[in-house]
Amino acid sequence: MISSENIIFKDIYGFDGCSLAKSEKRGDWHSTKSLLEKGSDWIINEIKASELRGRGGAGFPTGLKWSFMPKVKNKPHYIVINADESEPGTCKDREIMRNEPHKLIEGTLLAGFAMQANHGFIYIRGEFVEEAKVLDKAILEAYKKGYLGKNACNSGFSFDITLHRGAGAYICGEETALLESLEGKKGQPRLKPPYPANVGLYGCPTTVANVETVAVVPTILRRGASWFSSLGNKNNTGTKLFCISGHVNSPCVVEEEMGISLKELLEKHAGGVIGGWDNLLAVIPGGASTPLIPADICSTVNMDFDSLKNEGSGLGTAGVIVMDKSTDIIKAIWRLSKFYKHESCGQCTPCREGTGWVMRSMEKLIEGNADVIDIDALKNVCDQIEGHTICGLGDAAAWPVQGLIKHFRPEIEKRIDNYKNINLKAAE
Amino acid sequence: MSTRRPAPDNLQPEKFAFTKENAKAINNILLKYPEGRKASALLPLLDLAQRQHDNWLPKAAMSEVAKILSLPMIKVLEVATFYTMYNLYPVGKNLLQICTTTPCWLRGSEDIVSICKDKLGINFGATTKDNRFTLLEVECLGACSNAPMIQINDDFYEDLTKESMKKIIEDLKNGKQPKIGPQSDRKGAEPINIKVQV
Repeated sequence: MISSENIIFKDIYGFDGCSLAKSEKRGDWHSTKSLLEKGSDWIINEIKASELRGRGGAGFPTGLKWSFMPKVKNKPHYIVINADESEPGTCKDREIMRNEPHKLIEGTLLAGFAMQANHGFIYIRGEFVEEAKVLDKAILEAYKKGYLGKNACNSGFSFDITLHRGAGAYICGEETALLESLEGKKGQPRLKPPYPANVGLYGCPTTVANVETVAVVPTILRRGASWFSSLGNKNNTGTKLFCISGHVNSPCVVEEEMGISLKELLEKHAGGVIGGWDNLLAVIPGGASTPLIPADICSTVNMDFDSLKNEGSGLGTAGVIVMDKSTDIIKAIWRLSKFYKHESCGQCTPCREGTGWVMRSMEKLIEGNADVIDIDALKNVCDQIEGHTICGLGDAAAWPVQGLIKHFRPEIEKRIDNYKNINLKAAE
Repeated sequence: MSTRRPAPDNLQPEKFAFTKENAKAINNILLKYPEGRKASALLPLLDLAQRQHDNWLPKAAMSEVAKILSLPMIKVLEVATFYTMYNLYPVGKNLLQICTTTPCWLRGSEDIVSICKDKLGINFGATTKDNRFTLLEVECLGACSNAPMIQINDDFYEDLTKESMKKIIEDLKNGKQPKIGPQSDRKGAEPINIKVQV
C-alpha cells in the first residue's frame, strides 16, 4: 500500500480546496522557474528516466512521445491536453481538474516548454461544466500571478493556455478526432501517418497528452525521476489514480502504487466486494474496452500495464469495474456493446456496421435466443472489426465481447440451452 | 453512430440574433484561438447560441454562427448534428439525462430510470406537456465512482438512491433547487470511511 509521502495528488478529494494559495501550500508552482531553467532536454530526459507511461489508456512511454516533436521549429508547436474523459468506468481526470487543477496547469506549462510549444489547449468533455469552471478560474489565477502569459514564471518563455469544451462525443478522446474537433469539425479520426508530432493541430507539430500524465510531471521533476521509478515495478513505475466502480462496498477514486494487487486495491480502499471476495464474478480492470478478467485471475493479478497484459487484458485508464455474482454478465457486456454502437463516428464500415451487429447479437444472447454457432459468428465479426478501422474504437468494441466469450462461453451456452428447453416445453 | 436531424420547419424560429452581451462574449472566445483559426470557435459558439435559446439549437442560430465564422452552413450543420450535447429539438426547462452505461447499471440505474419515467409520466426522448421536463438516456458521463447518477442541465446528481431520485424530482416540481452533487454523505469520490482530514 502506498505511503502517504509518496502521494502526488494530496487533495484529490477536494477537502482542502483548490485556490492558487492552497495549491501553492501543497507544493504546486514551487520555483517552477528553476525547473524551466534546466532546459527542455533535461525535462524530457527526466521524464524518460522516470519511465512514466501515458495514463490515458495506451500506456506509451511519455518521455519518448515528447521526444518525437521536431527539434527545429519551423511552425508553431502545440501541446493539447486530452481531458475528454469518457471511457466507461473512468473518472480520475475529473477529480484532478476539479480538485487539483494547478497540477494540470503547471504540468501543461512544463510539457509545453519541453516541446517548444507556446500554446497549450485543454480539451475538456462538454458535460464537465463544473470542472471547466474550476479549471477556467485556476487558469485565470495562474495568469494573474504571472505563471502563464508572455513571461511565464519570469522565465522569459511565453505560454498561453486555452480551455476548450467539447460537445458530447466519446470519439473525441481519440487524439486525432480531438484535433479535428478542436479545429471546429466533426470528431472523426485521421489516418496515421502522418502522426500529430509532425502534422497535428492546424497542420502543426502537436503532442496530445492525458490529464493525469501531465499533472504528475511537476512532482516528478521536483522529486526526481529516480523517486518516481522507485515506486511500482520495472517498466510500470510510479503511482496511479484508480477509479473503482460497480459492486464494491465503497466505490472511490484513489491513488495507489502501480502494481498493487487487485485484491488489495479493492479491499483496502473500496471496502471490498459486496458480499465478500468469494462473491466476485469478474472485473473489467481498465475501463470499458479492456477485456474482463474472471474471479480466479482477480485473486492474483497485479494492477499494472504488463501484469494485466499477460492476463489478456490491460490497465487502460485504470477504471476498475467490479461485478459480483448477482451480475448478468452477458447483459453487462451487451450494455458496453450498445455504448460503442452509439459512439461509433461512422467513418469506417467495419466499425459503423459491426458495432450495431455485435450489439444486436449480444442482445439475443442475453435471453439465449440463438444457436451455439452464433457465438462463433459473433467472435468472427469481432475479429473482423479488430484492426480494420482507422482508430481504436473498433478494437475497443471488439475486446469486451472477445473477453466475454473467452471466459464465459459455458455461461452463454447454458443460456442458449435453457432458452431452447423452455421453448420445447412450451411447444409440448 | 446515432442519426440526428434538425427539428422540422414548423418548430424552427425564423430569426436568431445574439444578445449584446453574448456578442461581447463571442469576441472574447475568438481571441482564444490563433489568427486565421477562428473556425475553432465553432463548438463554443454553438453552445453559447443554445444557452441563449432555451437550451436548444435552431437552424437560424446555426446560420448566424456560420455567418460570424465565415463558414459554409453545411459545415455548421455537420457539427451540430454530430455532437450529442446540441439539442436539435426544443427541450423542457429541466433536461434530465440518465446515465445507463454499465458502471451506473451495476449500481441500479434501471431503478432510477423507472422512477423518472413514473414520476414524470414520460418516456425517453419525450417532454412533459408543461414543458418543464425532458428525459434522455445518455452514455457514460464520467462519474462512475459516484454511480448511479444523472445530469440535470449543467449539474451532476450522484450516489442516487430511489428515495433521493424521487426527492430531486419533487424539489424540481416545487420549484426548489435540489442539492447538487452526491446525494450521500460524501463530498466527492472519496471512500465512505474517509471524512474531511487534511
